Formats: sequence, structure tokens, C-alpha cells
Amino acid sequence: MAKKVGFLQGNEAAAHGALYAGCRFFAGYPITPSTEVAEVMSVELPKIGGKFIQMEDEIGAMSAIIGASLAGVKSLTSTSGPGLSLKQELIGYACITEVPCVIFNVMRGGPSTGMPTGPSQSDIMCAKWGTHGDHAAITLVPASVQEIFEETVRAFNLAEKYRMPVLVMPDEIVGHMRERIEFPDQGELEVIDRTPPSVPPEQYMPYDTSFGDVPPLAAFGSDYRFHVTGLNKMQDGFPTTKASVVQAEEERQIRKVEANKADIMKWEEYLVDDADVVIVAFGSTSRSARFAVNEARKEGIKAGLFRLITFWPFPEERLLEISRRVKAFVTPEMSLGMCNGVVRGCIEGNAPVHGIYRVDGEPVNPGEILGKIKEVN
Amino acid sequence: MAFDYDKYIRPGKLPHIWCPGCGHGIVMKGLIRAIDTLKLEKNNTCIVSGIGCASRLPGYMDCCTLHTAHGRAAAFATGVKMARPEMTVFCVGGDGDGVAIGGNHFIHACRRNIDITYILMNNHIYGMTGGQFSPATPTGAKASTTPYGNPDPPFDIAKLAIGAGATFVARGTAYHAVQIDKLIVEAVRHKGFSVVEILDDCPTTYGRRNKYKSVIEMMNHLKEVAVPVKAAEKMAPELLQGKVLTGVLYKEDKPEYCEQYQKVIERAQGGIK
Repeated sequence: MAKKVGFLQGNEAAAHGALYAGCRFFAGYPITPSTEVAEVMSVELPKIGGKFIQMEDEIGAMSAIIGASLAGVKSLTSTSGPGLSLKQELIGYACITEVPCVIFNVMRGGPSTGMPTGPSQSDIMCAKWGTHGDHAAITLVPASVQEIFEETVRAFNLAEKYRMPVLVMPDEIVGHMRERIEFPDQGELEVIDRTPPSVPPEQYMPYDTSFGDVPPLAAFGSDYRFHVTGLNKMQDGFPTTKASVVQAEEERQIRKVEANKADIMKWEEYLVDDADVVIVAFGSTSRSARFAVNEARKEGIKAGLFRLITFWPFPEERLLEISRRVKAFVTPEMSLGMCNGVVRGCIEGNAPVHGIYRVDGEPVNPGEILGKIKEVN
Repeated sequence: MAFDYDKYIRPGKLPHIWCPGCGHGIVMKGLIRAIDTLKLEKNNTCIVSGIGCASRLPGYMDCCTLHTAHGRAAAFATGVKMARPEMTVFCVGGDGDGVAIGGNHFIHACRRNIDITYILMNNHIYGMTGGQFSPATPTGAKASTTPYGNPDPPFDIAKLAIGAGATFVARGTAYHAVQIDKLIVEAVRHKGFSVVEILDDCPTTYGRRNKYKSVIEMMNHLKEVAVPVKAAEKMAPELLQGKVLTGVLYKEDKPEYCEQYQKVIERAQGGIK
């Protein structure tokens, strides 16, 4: 049977991806350029018995999705730069309490109000370090409408599997572009649900590590009742300041991502194997980069594209490997060198990392990238 | 036979963190008696709080309990209630948590009229951080950040809730302990957003800075200022100067939010936009 196809905007695809993944609760606050996610969810969720709520602010929206997720319902919010800043307090809460949820953040110019309708890729450090304290982060950076759908499904899977907030962060160009999309059939993409407890209620502890680094999660309103707090806590969920417990719990929460990086990380290598110049790019910038790589190849320059699909955790080991045999890296990005700095941080100085930075609301175009490839080859 | 509070307290979680003379424990006992009267099932009861002394209450209660971030209780509770409308959901917390940092969530929960009971313990001070003035601190009162007297006027929290759209608003005091559970019972039975403000005392950070010589003096103050709303109706306005009305201050039947959303679901499924 022919696949169901559509001509969708990236933000609309995110909403449909979330529904495919089993999301049945959305709380949000209007913000350009992500509002379409909320609009689609407000139409689609009630049709299938799900719930949509427009909250009083970004913080309230983030709070509500954590509450709904603890009640056992897969939950999504969507936002953009200033909203991402506001949500940080509660992203940290979801990290320490280990509550699965997905935040769809469409990157626009910043800081502050910045350029609400202009594209940007400058939220990537905020995604990792925006909330205070040590914590793991998973951030996905899709580059097409199809990929937004699929990565949103994967974001829910990762959130459920690792009990943590997951961010999906297209830049505004990808969020607002319209492309053909093939809707996966039901069952075609894997959909993962959180692991429920296997012990009887009286033995249940919400942070019981005897089942591994990701403890099973019960739902409020089920046969299990438990306590959740943003304070450092023991395995039973109650607060503690005991040094050894706090240290072990914090380390476990980092480890559950670090030890599973191979499962979480995703990237695409395009003509990288023999490349002298490797472009490291993501989102809409990676589309310009692919064009530039093809043009460079036509001119006999061995250029390749390393396209990040997961930004956090970052594929440090693979880039280090590649760095040992290339002449140079180029990082075209809609920020003033955030990605560049991360690449530099993992390649031990093996190759120069040249940047192309635009924060003027314009995309990095293929010509700029091609020019840089020729310059550094 | 004495009332058995232990059956709703989590084993091993007492003693609580509250100072001797603090009224929060009196409110918790009132909540427990209310839960017992209402025969609420522990698994079907969710108690959500923010940050502060009063917000530590859920940890002691043997229910589904959620100790969130500062001011966010009403927003978290909204998510829980939307996801599981069959659950009885409480918010508990203090004045700073509820109407300063959490003020926006508080008024919008009132406006939506979502079926949550918010028990706000108003001790007029930020106790946990050591006694800074809150939006409920009386003008002129001393706090660690109002060493020359508080220049700010306070909120009337009950009026704020009524103005914002809460459909059940009651006020009690920690002195009038036996009234607390009755107010909570009525609040829970009311369909919609209900606010029960309990005027409370903080001897440690408020009393000692404001010339209260003892907890008893603070409790007596609560006794003296409280006027039952029915008694007030028969009193001359000048006699009500400096008094605080207690009892059920406001009650109105209006569509409840989760029920309203259920109608949205029905319309969406019926194909009508």
C-alpha cells in the first residue's frame, strides 16, 4: 500500500511525530517561531482523547508537562529561545527527578527577544548548560521535515527509556520550511514506553537502582504511590544531604547517558571517508554544507560532511578519529562559534577548525561554505 | 477514641522540620482529618507543593506527593489533574510561594476553575530563608529585609483568589484548629478551584521581630482578629476594623475546567470545530 504522504511544515511534523510516539498531553505558551506545534496539538489531541492546555507562561507549561508525565501520560511542550531560558528551572527539575518529557525548541536569534522570526543555532549551549547544576542532556537537531517527525518520535523514546527531558531543536528555517513527508505506518517506527515497576507497591522505590541506572517509573493514580522532590534524594525518593548518596545519585544520572551514548548519538557521514576538509554542521546549515561539498567534489576537492543529528551527547570520539587524518574542519553555523568550540574541544588540536558564523538572521549559504573549503584545502 | 493520624502519615518520616509553635502542623492535622472524613483513597490523592516550610508537608503524607520548584505547585498540579481528572489534587504551600513567585500560576488556576484545592498557609513571612517580608506581610511589620518596617501593602489573598475566579474561597486560622478540616472538606466537595487560606504563625522569624513575646501571644492574636463571616454580617463596620473574616467567604457554581475540556474532546470527536 502506498505511504500516506503530506506537505508539511517542520513544526507541524513535530506535532504529528509526537502523536505517533504516544504523546497525549501538551502544555505550551505562544511564542514565535514554534507556535504551530501548539496549534496542531490543540486540534489533534482532543480528537484522540488527549489533552491540550495553553498555560499562563513558559514556566507553567514546563511544570504542567512534568506533572502530567508523572501521572503516566507522555507529554510535550514547545517553545523558542526566551521560552527555553524560562523553562530552564523546570528542565533541571525534570533532570533531577528523572521525569520523561520532550521540549521542542525552535531556534531563533538571541539573546533575549533577539530576532523572533530569524533563524539561529545559538541555543545549543543553553540546551546543555542552561539549567544550573550537573546534569545529563540529550538534544536532537533535525535538518528536514521528515527528520523532525522521526526525531520527535525518537526524542519521546529516549525520554521514556532514560527517564529524562529530551530537547528537539530545529533552527527556524527547518521549523518553518515545508517539505514532502512520508508518514510512517503504525508500528513502522519503534515506540518505547517507560518501564513500569515489577515489584509490589509496598516495595516500590522511584529511584531503585537495583534495576540498573534507569529505575522503573510508576504513575501517580496507579496502585503505586511515592514521593517526588527536586531536592537531592535517596532511592526511596525522600530528600537527603548524605554526601555519599548525593554523589552517587548525581553520577548515576550523568552515567545513564554517558554509558548509553552509542544508543543515543546519531549522525550522518557524507563523503567523509576520504575527505581532506570535513564540514561539521547540523540543521538547515547542513543542507547548505551538503550542496557545498558536492560542488567542491565537482572541482576535485575532497570535501565531506559530518552532519550532527544528535548534538548532545556530542560524538567526540568519532570526530577525534576523523581529526587524525583530515587537513581541516569547517563549522558553518548560525551562532558565533558555539559548535566550533565543541569540535575544538574534542579533537585534541589535530586539525584546524575554521568557522563561518552568521547571526544576522540569514542562513549560511553554500557559496560561503564552498569558499571556505577552497581556502583551507 | 483519639483520632488516628498515623494512618495517613508515612512511616518513619516524622519528626517534621517545623519549629516548635509553628502552625503548619495544625494545618496538616486538619488536612488529615479532612482526608479521613472524605474517605479519600491514598493512591487517588495527590498533594503538590512548591518550596518553603509549608511545602515540606507532602513528604509526611502517605499519598502521591510532589514537592516541586518554588511557586510552581499550581502549574504542576494542573498537569496532574488534566492527566488524571479522577484524582483528588491538593496544593499546599505558603504565602511567598503561592502569591509571590507562584502568583501567576495561582491566579490562572483560579481563573480556569480547575478542580484542585489549594491550602495556603499564610504566616506572612518567608520562614525557610530566615524571615524576609512576603507579599502578605502587613505594612509596617519588621522582617529581615524590612528592618525599618515594611513599606509594601500586603495582598488580601482571599480577595485575590475571588477576583481571579476561584469558585470557593475560605479562610481559617491555626488557632481555630477544629474549623480547618471542615473548611477543607467543603472545599474538596466543591467542584472547581477552591482556596483555603489558613492564617498561620511563624514565631521564629516573624513573631520575635514583631514584639510577640510567645507563641501563645501569636495564637491569641489569631483568635482576636478572626471574625466568622456570619457574625460579621451583624456587626457595625467600625467594629470590623483590623479584623479578618473567617469561614466560607465565597462560593459559586461555575463550569469546572476538566469538564469543560471534556466537552472540547466531544466537539473535536464530533467533527465540530
